[in-house]
Parts: sequence; C-alpha cells; structure tokens
Amino acid sequence: MAPVSRGFRGRRRQGVDASRVPPGQYVVDDFPVLSAGPTPQTGLDDWTFTIGGSLDEERTWSWEQFVALPGETFTVDIHCVTKWSKLGTIWTGVSVDRLLEDVDTAAEFVSAFCDGGYTTNLPLEDVTDGQAWIAYAFDGEPLEAEHGGPARLLVPHLYLWKSAKWVRGLTLLDHDEPGFWETLGYHNRGDPWNEERYWSD
Amino acid sequence: MRPEAARAKTIVVEVPDWPGHLAGQHVDVRLTAEDGYQAERSYSIASAPEDESLALTVERIDDGEVSLYLCDELRAGDELELRGPIGGYFTWQVADGGPLLLLAGGSGVVPLAAMLRHRTARGSRVDTRLLLSAGSWDDLLYRDELGRLGRDGVAVHYTLTRGAPPHWSGWSRRVDAEMLREVGPGPRTQPRVFVCGPTPLVEHVANLLVGLGHDPRLVKTERFGPTGG
Repeated sequence: MAPVSRGFRGRRRQGVDASRVPPGQYVVDDFPVLSAGPTPQTGLDDWTFTIGGSLDEERTWSWEQFVALPGETFTVDIHCVTKWSKLGTIWTGVSVDRLLEDVDTAAEFVSAFCDGGYTTNLPLEDVTDGQAWIAYAFDGEPLEAEHGGPARLLVPHLYLWKSAKWVRGLTLLDHDEPGFWETLGYHNRGDPWNEERYWSD
Repeated sequence: MRPEAARAKTIVVEVPDWPGHLAGQHVDVRLTAEDGYQAERSYSIASAPEDESLALTVERIDDGEVSLYLCDELRAGDELELRGPIGGYFTWQVADGGPLLLLAGGSGVVPLAAMLRHRTARGSRVDTRLLLSAGSWDDLLYRDELGRLGRDGVAVHYTLTRGAPPHWSGWSRRVDAEMLREVGPGPRTQPRVFVCGPTPLVEHVANLLVGLGHDPRLVKTERFGPTGG
C-alpha cells in the first residue's frame, strides 16, 4: 500500500471514463511533444518506407506509393510513459498488416528505424492483427513534424515511445534487439495497463 | 523546502538507500489521497550526484495537480513517494568531456543546474556556456548561484522575453541564431548540447542549432508542455 500524502485530495477530472485511463496516467486535452533530439526535416521526395531484414525480398515504397496504399482512419487512446494519456485521437495511415501482407518471414520481432537514428523494438505479434499502423495524418491533417510527421509508427496499446516518430522502416528479426529507450532504462515491452515503464517494473 | 524565484520551490528530500544518480536524470513523484486516488509526475533532479541530499525544484503550475500540492501544501517532515533515478540519455558527467553548451527556457534550467553543480563539485574547468531564457528577472531560477559561476569559468547569458529591469545589459528577445552564435561554441568544436524547456522553445532552439551546423546527434533535448502538472 502506498503511504497517504498528507493533505492531498487531487484534482480528479470530471467526465473522463476512468476505465480508459491506465494506472498512474492522467488525461490531457493538448498534445505534448517529447523527443530526445532535434526534429528531423526530411522532404517527401527523399522519403521512403522499407520493410527489410529477415524476409525473401526487401520492399520499399516512395511517399507517393505509400499514401496510395489502402489507408484506414481509426480512433484510439494513446498513453505516454511520462504519465499523460490522450483519449479518442483520430489518425489515418496504413496498417502494418497491409504492409506485411505478402511477406514470407519466420521473424518474431521487429525493430523500427527512423530519421534521426531512433529505434524501438517490438514482438511481431504486437504490431499485427490490427494493432499497429504507419500513420501520416492526425485529426484529418498531415502529421506535423514535431509529432512525428511525415509518418510515424502507431502502436496505441503500448506506451508511446514504441510509436516511433519519423519512422522510415521496419526490420524483421528472428531475435529481439532492444532499441533506444529500451537500452536506456525503459521497459522492453511497455504495456501501460501493467505499468511497464522501467527496467525494474 | 525553500522558495526559488517567483513561482518555484526547491524540495530537499532525505532518501534512505538512494542509489545515486547522474546529472540530468529525473524522479517520479507519486501522491496518494486517502481514498486511494493517485497522481504521478516527473521532476528533474536539481542536486549534483555529489550533494548530500537529493533536491528537486518544482515550478508551480496554476492549474496543476502535483506541483500545486508540492508548492503549496507539502511541509518539512512530510513523507514523499519517489521513484528513480530515471532517464539515461539527457545526462552529463565530467568524464563525458566538453565543450558544454546548455540552453534552457524557464524551469528547464533544473537538470542543467545539476550538471553545473556536478561540474563545480568535481572542480572541472571544461568550457561551458549557459543561455537561459525566462519571462522576467523574477522568474530566473538559481539567479545568485548562477551569477557566481563566472568564477569557475562558466559563461552565463540571459535573455528576458517579457520585460527587463532598468539598466539590463543582457538580451531581451526570443533566442535567435545571432544570439546562439554569440554564446558559442561553434559547431566545429563539437560541443555537447543540452536543451531543456517548454516544447516551442526546445523545437525552436534545436532547429536553430541544426541550422547553424551542429551535429543533431550531439543535441540532446528534453521537452515539457504546460500539461506538466
């Protein structure tokens, strides 16, 4: 049992469905920005998306080809390890299922790689079955650079550092390879409902 | 507890079995109400690893939750639930070398103060430049302490964006490329750069640095929004 903080009553938000807020999180209306370095500026002419690693043949899409893929608009709740959650966010993008559609692989893990050098690792089963997208629009508008545009990975059932900003591809791996924050003290999986924030969780 | 500038307080905490930390890391503070309701936020550590006690500086956010409790309600002797240290990226140790370029807006100076205190505690003379952007003179954290850093070879610069006192000799405008050039050191010396503050300032300053030719991989940022609570 946590000790009671003398005199703390808290400012519970009215009208928030508590069942949608994981332990230790609070709901925000704005969209905070967190990243470890400067925001990369990649022109759409230079942008490509690549599925590589352990598969028969690497696949690469240009920006034009990528946004011509069948997209989906979906509404999800997102949760950042720095404690804020944002409910009912609306995104448009291509599901990872679609990108892996005719890929033949025995891989069990993926590593997302990004402009700026950021990486994050995920089990393949966390990015398939309608659980992950490469999103290029937020709220019907092109995704802003500070929020990861032109495109970011979105894996809303895990803490948001797994939803790599400025994503440029996925590497399929037969072994797990901890990414940027995962080697700097953050949990390897990051399930907000189990409060998997740090190594010791 | 001690007041720190107009809207902030420094809280000194005695932590049994504190494992030690690196300058730049933060802790999570968790508050629990009598009915079990909890609120958690992260706060940068202000003290150097060499200091005897752990110190946090908390900016009071008017519509905040945890910061209001810490600034208005917490009293000496109260217990506080902490986790940490957290974060292994936005950190600096004397052994990492320099030059060191530290840029902060508002209470973004807190983790940078830990780096400066660490530098002083270890007697380091590494080339260090600090540029602080604040609304007004009264908002500047650690003003007296930073003022004394010149003796240790730290070049301290201020810019006040919402009005400067009479006879002000520092800058009074938004950070721009010219200001950064004057603060130095230039990209050729490959300084280790730390930028911390509200998101718009960090975005702006980090973009300016990359524009001036700094290697993005040497520019480490920590952003926080008004929703810091």
